[in-house]
Amino acid sequence: MTERAAVRLVSKSMRVDLELIAGMIAPGARVLDIGCGDGALIEYLFRTKGCDARGLEIDMAEVTRAVAHGLPVMQGDADSDLAHYPDDAFDVVVLSRTLQAVEKPREVLRQMLRIGTRAIVSFPNFGHWSLRWQLLVTGRMPMTPTWGRMWYETPNIHPCTMRDFFALCAAEGYEVEQWLAADEAGRSTPWRRAPLLANLFGEQGLFLLRRGAVRR
Amino acid sequence: MDLTPLPEIVHQSLRLDHGLTLDCGVTLDDVRLAYRTYGTLNATRSNAILVCHALTGDQYVAETHPITGKPAWWGGLVGPGCPVDTDRYFVICSNVLGGCMGSTGPASPRAEGAAPWGVDFPPLTIQDMVRAQKALIDALGIERLFAVIGGSMGGMQVLAWAAMYPEKMFAAVPIAAAAYHSAQNIAFHEVGRQAILADPDFHEGRYRDHGVIPARGLGVARMTAHITYLSETALSRKFGRRIQSGAALGGALFGDRFAVESYLEHQGSSFVRRFDANSYLCITRAMDFFDLAADHGGSLAQAFQGTQTRFLLVSFSSDWLFPTAQSRAIARALNQVAANVSFVEIISDKGHDAFLLDEPDLARSVAGFLAGCAETLGLV
Repeated sequence: MTERAAVRLVSKSMRVDLELIAGMIAPGARVLDIGCGDGALIEYLFRTKGCDARGLEIDMAEVTRAVAHGLPVMQGDADSDLAHYPDDAFDVVVLSRTLQAVEKPREVLRQMLRIGTRAIVSFPNFGHWSLRWQLLVTGRMPMTPTWGRMWYETPNIHPCTMRDFFALCAAEGYEVEQWLAADEAGRSTPWRRAPLLANLFGEQGLFLLRRGAVRR
Repeated sequence: MDLTPLPEIVHQSLRLDHGLTLDCGVTLDDVRLAYRTYGTLNATRSNAILVCHALTGDQYVAETHPITGKPAWWGGLVGPGCPVDTDRYFVICSNVLGGCMGSTGPASPRAEGAAPWGVDFPPLTIQDMVRAQKALIDALGIERLFAVIGGSMGGMQVLAWAAMYPEKMFAAVPIAAAAYHSAQNIAFHEVGRQAILADPDFHEGRYRDHGVIPARGLGVARMTAHITYLSETALSRKFGRRIQSGAALGGALFGDRFAVESYLEHQGSSFVRRFDANSYLCITRAMDFFDLAADHGGSLAQAFQGTQTRFLLVSFSSDWLFPTAQSRAIARALNQVAANVSFVEIISDKGHDAFLLDEPDLARSVAGFLAGCAETLGLV
């Protein structure tokens, strides 16, 4: 599995859940990866699946790295730049480990499912038992490898649990086509049929959404 | 000021077969474009890159200038082993229509043996320049360009190319560019033009008949423009408030001079020997006229509707003449038509001038982008 190794080597902060994401994307699809970092996922999708994959990234150093690597990435902000894309421009729009850091998560999701037929969203699950346990026992904001910065300086301003996310999808009328929980290393965990257990034991949630029948 | 004319040479050039009808309605029957090429056109004629120069640039993009002896103006970006690799690509660069380095412009005769156009040269647009380049590309037998690249006014030409001939190019790289010339930019140009017009040696554009050039006016125009090419930080770093003694001017008030003054004066005086004042008036005006959205019902996105061209937009953080916001507006317009866009803002304190300097991130971005495009196109 040299491809897997390659993805792991170049991926930002061990985002090996990229591989799980790639598994949800059909060959040849038009893909926009929001918060694409150095473009590991779009390169993987281009090389292994022949996708027309593009990226949006806020960090200029990452953008330059991606472009210098020959990847179509533009500097921009999920909160303000998605509005400029036309409806149905992509088959899949990906937001990997970025939802919790955007200004308006609900609006970003709406934009994703406006410009794309499907959306793939992954985020660190704030419902994981270790976070609950720390909050319960110490009475202070939890600190884990994923949630590793103090509350006053974390960029993760909108933490949510997997159950929260299911609820948002229901409220917004999005169809959850696939979902799974993964551990920190991005390996899929066996809680696929039990959302409550997944919400307790999954360190990350990964969702494949489809626009509901009624457009909002 | 040393005003001895620079030696005249014959520039490599091509006469357009059918003349050229301009946006203003005038048809130029006798149009000549001076150009240079570097590298080798491959068998399928698919590796050609057109480089578009800026306001005062010319076709000598990748070689020592035959007249001024100055190094290639984009030597860091274009050449063997460079990001625009002439070992790999066939690079074409032409002096713009209206220029003064061998292409038809105000200094050219109206007709065989007649007097020069001077200020009567018809007003040009950026699109006219592009049409002339297109005719040159056709004459060279190139069906489709691999890429069109340019900075500043060259970037405007790239955008015009992408809007006018999208099927004739695979990739577009507008650097430090804008889809229109802002009021502030027009204002700075106007100061320069007024300086030229106010020079007693201008003689309503017929200065050559009097055996003079409006050197002071053109020099001041260049000095003003040069300030806009730099950033405050760059000026402070280079000169600060340093005093240069031994100045040419006497008297108490101007006895000592700031280093920045000497620098600007040098920029002005070295410029007037190589550039024609009427060309300067003509080309600055063409830039002022440029407004791509206005030509497409007020919608910049409309200019690129249905484009399959891949874009790399580059801006520089300290450029206040063609600021990042301008490039971002282009990127957003391209997003609206779901075009394939890469966009980087390069952190630099060197102002607009940065696009001509050795900026490692510019080199990396252009090299990577072209490599990616070549791979997609199967260009070996």
